[in-house]
Amino acid sequence: MCDDRLTGRSRPTRSPVNCRLPLAVLLSGLGLSSCTGVQSALDPAGSEAEAVATLFWAMVAGGGVIWLIVVGAVIYASRLKKKPMSESGASRVIFFGGVAFPVVVLAFLLAYAVWLMPAMRPWFGGEGEGLRRIEVTAEQYWWRVRYLDSTGAVVRETANEVHMPVGERVLFLLKAKDVIHSFWIPSIGGKMDAIPGRTNALQLEATRPGTYRGVCAEFCGTAHALMAFSVQALEPEAFEDWLAARPGEVPVASVEPVASGQPRGLNLFLRHGCGSCHAISGTPADGALGPDLTAFGSRPTVAAGTLPNTPENLARFIQYPDAIKPGVRMPGFAMLPAADVSAIALYLKGLE
Amino acid sequence: MKSVIPREVETLWTLFTAPTVWALHFIVCYVVMAIYCAKPGIYGLGFNDFRWGLVVFTLLALGFIVFAGYLAWRQWGFGSDDPPHDAATGQDRRLFQGFATLLLSGLSFVAVIYTAIPLIILAECQT
Repeated sequence: MCDDRLTGRSRPTRSPVNCRLPLAVLLSGLGLSSCTGVQSALDPAGSEAEAVATLFWAMVAGGGVIWLIVVGAVIYASRLKKKPMSESGASRVIFFGGVAFPVVVLAFLLAYAVWLMPAMRPWFGGEGEGLRRIEVTAEQYWWRVRYLDSTGAVVRETANEVHMPVGERVLFLLKAKDVIHSFWIPSIGGKMDAIPGRTNALQLEATRPGTYRGVCAEFCGTAHALMAFSVQALEPEAFEDWLAARPGEVPVASVEPVASGQPRGLNLFLRHGCGSCHAISGTPADGALGPDLTAFGSRPTVAAGTLPNTPENLARFIQYPDAIKPGVRMPGFAMLPAADVSAIALYLKGLE
Repeated sequence: MKSVIPREVETLWTLFTAPTVWALHFIVCYVVMAIYCAKPGIYGLGFNDFRWGLVVFTLLALGFIVFAGYLAWRQWGFGSDDPPHDAATGQDRRLFQGFATLLLSGLSFVAVIYTAIPLIILAECQT
């Protein structure tokens, strides 16, 4: 797994090699190599994405054949055929080539696409009863992710990362807090809007374990392009283990010395008021306004898929969140001593 | 021979008959299915009852378009004269309108079939 690939953004903390990334992306875009990766609908890792890829390739093949026929006809008419056609012959070409052929081909393509729709957007049993439910709330500019049990109670809450089991259909309940967002994991399936005041249901099934990247696919404000999340498709047992883990109940693996029974970073975190917006399970921090930071250290990225999760990037985000993510709701903490910010960053990075 | 439908209709409105049927068919299909999917079991009818109802409605619309197309074909003189009918005469104006109406009827016929394709293939409302 490569954190850099999940963030998709160049930042000062990166190595100089990455400055050539835009050029590399441009060049790879010319070849099929760009069709693979953590965020590609053409490298499917889910049953819905497979249906999308199948439809795409069928359309590309069909379009390619028609292109060859048209170009072939142009070459034939302009280069090979010396004498003009009879008027009735030309009328026949226009009728069959211009009317009958497109009507039949479009009818077949339409029927095929409609026939594939249940595979792209399953609605078995209407509301998806009995499926595992994950509630995703889109907010400017991050994702609140809650794992629900069969009664609808929250089992575990995280932010900007989705864990899902492989080979099991999952029902995502999509909500939005402020404006319309759109939830899309291209590798696993199609996208669906998250609309304020509504709960949209999207079923997805991952078929291949791995790490993927999801994005907001509906413009939602200044940092729309920096509203991503990581997706971990885990084997069922690994997923159950992850879900059952209660990170707050075990002592935090902090690299900072412990003072007065608490890590210094946690002390500072609480003293500077971080806990009024952020929750860390097992600590007095229980804010619900911003992303839940429980087990933050295990997340691959900082600021919703914007930067790789390193203590340096985290410290920078704490100090200048708006410089990294324009329009972010979190205020900057540049007035804090640098040592305090580093201590908080190290503490958060140590939360597993 | 006296015709039930008058042969001389000096109006442009006949031109839009088939596209109007297409538009009506489109609206009815989408509105009926939207209502059913929002309120399943409305009037005690199931999904397939609505589906069959719309299939019958589709056949009626297609029949109407064929009829309008026949009238247009007749107005065009059953193809007795070739396009482009661009002389400044009443005769050419009628032939031109008839030919244009015939082409629009063909387009509307295909469009109504395309609108109805999901009715045949999709068997469920999407949540």
